[in-house]
Amino acid sequence: MGILDKHKVLETHATLLLVCSFLVVTVGGIVQIAPLFYLENTIEEVEGVRPYTPLELAGREIYIREGCYVCHSQMIRPMRDEVERYGHYSLAAESMYDHPFQWGSKRTGPDLARVGGRYSDAWHVDHLINPQAVVPESIMPPYAYLMDREIDPEHMDDLLRTQAMVGVPYTDEMIENVEEDFYAQLDPFSDGYDGLVARYITDENPDDDREPRNTIVARNYDGQEEVTEMDALVAYLQMLGTLVDFSTFTPEEAAMPR
Amino acid sequence: MWDWIKIAVLGIIALMAAVAANFARDLAFQVHALIVMAVAAGMFIYTVRTAGDEKPAPVGYMDGVVRAGVIATAFWGIAGFLVGTFIAFQLAFPQLNFDFLQGYGNFGRLRPLHTSAVIFAFGGNALIASSFYVVQRTSAARLWGGNTAWFVFWGYQLFIVLAATGYLMGATQSREYAEPEWYVDLWLTIVWVAYLGVFLGTIIKRKEPHIYVANWFYLSFIVTVAMLHVVNNLALPVSLVGSRSVSAMAGVQDAMTQWWYGHNAVGFFLTAGFLGMMYYFVPKQAERPVFSYKLSIIHFWALIFIYIWAGPHHLHYTALPDWASTLGMVFSIVLWMPSWGGMINGLMTLSGAWDKIRTDPIIRMMVISIGFYGMSTFEGPMMSIRAVNSLSHYTDWTIGHVHSGALGWNGMITFGALYFLTPRLWNRARLYSLRLVNWHFWLATIGIVLYAASMWVTGIMEGLMWREVDAQGFLVNSFADTVSAKFPMYVVRGLGGVLYLSGAMIMCYNLWMTVRGQKEVSATAATPAE
Repeated sequence: MGILDKHKVLETHATLLLVCSFLVVTVGGIVQIAPLFYLENTIEEVEGVRPYTPLELAGREIYIREGCYVCHSQMIRPMRDEVERYGHYSLAAESMYDHPFQWGSKRTGPDLARVGGRYSDAWHVDHLINPQAVVPESIMPPYAYLMDREIDPEHMDDLLRTQAMVGVPYTDEMIENVEEDFYAQLDPFSDGYDGLVARYITDENPDDDREPRNTIVARNYDGQEEVTEMDALVAYLQMLGTLVDFSTFTPEEAAMPR
Repeated sequence: MWDWIKIAVLGIIALMAAVAANFARDLAFQVHALIVMAVAAGMFIYTVRTAGDEKPAPVGYMDGVVRAGVIATAFWGIAGFLVGTFIAFQLAFPQLNFDFLQGYGNFGRLRPLHTSAVIFAFGGNALIASSFYVVQRTSAARLWGGNTAWFVFWGYQLFIVLAATGYLMGATQSREYAEPEWYVDLWLTIVWVAYLGVFLGTIIKRKEPHIYVANWFYLSFIVTVAMLHVVNNLALPVSLVGSRSVSAMAGVQDAMTQWWYGHNAVGFFLTAGFLGMMYYFVPKQAERPVFSYKLSIIHFWALIFIYIWAGPHHLHYTALPDWASTLGMVFSIVLWMPSWGGMINGLMTLSGAWDKIRTDPIIRMMVISIGFYGMSTFEGPMMSIRAVNSLSHYTDWTIGHVHSGALGWNGMITFGALYFLTPRLWNRARLYSLRLVNWHFWLATIGIVLYAASMWVTGIMEGLMWREVDAQGFLVNSFADTVSAKFPMYVVRGLGGVLYLSGAMIMCYNLWMTVRGQKEVSATAATPAE
């Protein structure tokens, strides 16, 4: 039992024990996390993934604040029933600008990765006000109070700036025009709408002569005159999973680094 | 001199907190700044009033902070179980998401409150208090660092209060078990470094030649949690006067980091640290030496090396690359062996004292806790296998698994330790009532069985219902069908929680009567070290 006898050295030197146990526990994390940053095939190359617009980002903040991730996942696994129920399996690229990620770990409610465009705005508003009125079996809490909570884009520029600092491609122009863009998404006929689209929908593939898909949905989401948290949250829900055009997507092509 | 520095620092903190509260961008930050201001101002006044007083030289073991830790453990335990039982019923009866509590008391905000209260407040206080007790006894030395131990205790309580009130007011990073926002994380880092200092300092000035095995586990728990906490909470605050921050990583890397943290919150907070408790309290209560010294060595190094790899099994079939989740699965299965090595070492410590299970309800509590540890460390590796995980992931089965570990292993060993500690810390001849310990044992055990069994049923049922297709290949069940099918089991789960909570309340009464209902015996139990 030679090697176990040598253990006495560790047992009699506290600092050595501390250092050795620390070194032992660092290995797993280094091997599993570090390569994800430089292996090129970790995140697929797909078109259409863009940073959230100011209104969507405000909605996402509410989603996080209310703890929606506790019951709703945003990660569709490639099993037959999930693809059937929720749509195309989730790609790593689709959450590449998510600080933090919202994949979730539990489906007390259904997955929301592709809920965007599935239901009308009115459905979402009614459902958030009183979930049981729309889905009698539901056990979701009500969020009617979002209808009364007015919001404005104050300090949103700081949020965008911080996101840019950690790597989300928000340009200076986007940060400067954050207020205008925030309100523009509530009305497709507003003066700011074209600017919003021009800033957030860019042509990633100039060789292709098709216009890039416009994935910005602009309208008055909650039907009220005031801009409320309900507007922002529904705007976020309605864009989830809509950025990538899966009619043109092939896994093989996406896996090839360009 | 030291007093004057303290007064100056506290005054500056109180002032800065007042300024921060004035410019606060959100409610959570404002309330937190006011709490910090009140605490700093209170300590300022106290320090001014006691400045220059002669303090008596410390003698013997430092047990005041352990006593405070025992009280805090019991208090936060009840709070955490209460919130847990309430949110269990919220899932059965959504009407309990009261209209007047919207924005504060919905399930989404209370669930992090529950998980943090039981893991960090109940479990964390149990770990800090027991480690302070164990390290002094096994090192024959008073805690190092004078009142630093008190700073650790009160600093940790402040962390709990800031975290808990933050969730209710919507301040969250949305990282499971790491929800507190940036400034709370920074504060915890300071407290944790002080904790490491007190613990390591006490070991270094020990009078025993060897460091006892329980202390290896405590030490690795403290240092690993420090590493996990710092890396997983890397974030940029949006503003210095607001609670929001943006996490440094995104998407797949962020998910991997979070579950590396999340699984090792289980592995090191709820396992390694609690194994330290097992290695001290079980031999003490059974009055037998640890079964095998060699097994302890293998158990320790294998467990801490392998556990850290297990995180990616939370991300099977997701957008995480396959190589990472395969690594996580393989190590999770290998992990079964050191886990059971530890279980065997704990259980076999009772060799020659098995009759005590019949006569001593505290030993019975510790034995069943090791039994639950063995059960959940078998269930865990099984659930980490991809094929099993494809069914169990996203379902209530995971919730059941966590609770058989948390209620069974962590809860029961903590109750055993509290029953062990209370008479000794307050110099009482014995516990007030062993009959009540027996009641606690059975209420808790039946509660856990109801909880785990109902979650197995709902978890496997909903997993099967989600994937069921008919002969034409269409899905058979809508999502809402699976929700309504789970209702009866959700009620059973809630009742299990009620039983577990009642057991814990009986414990509190018993501990209270142990201290209040009996006379102090003259100091025979505690032997001064110096």
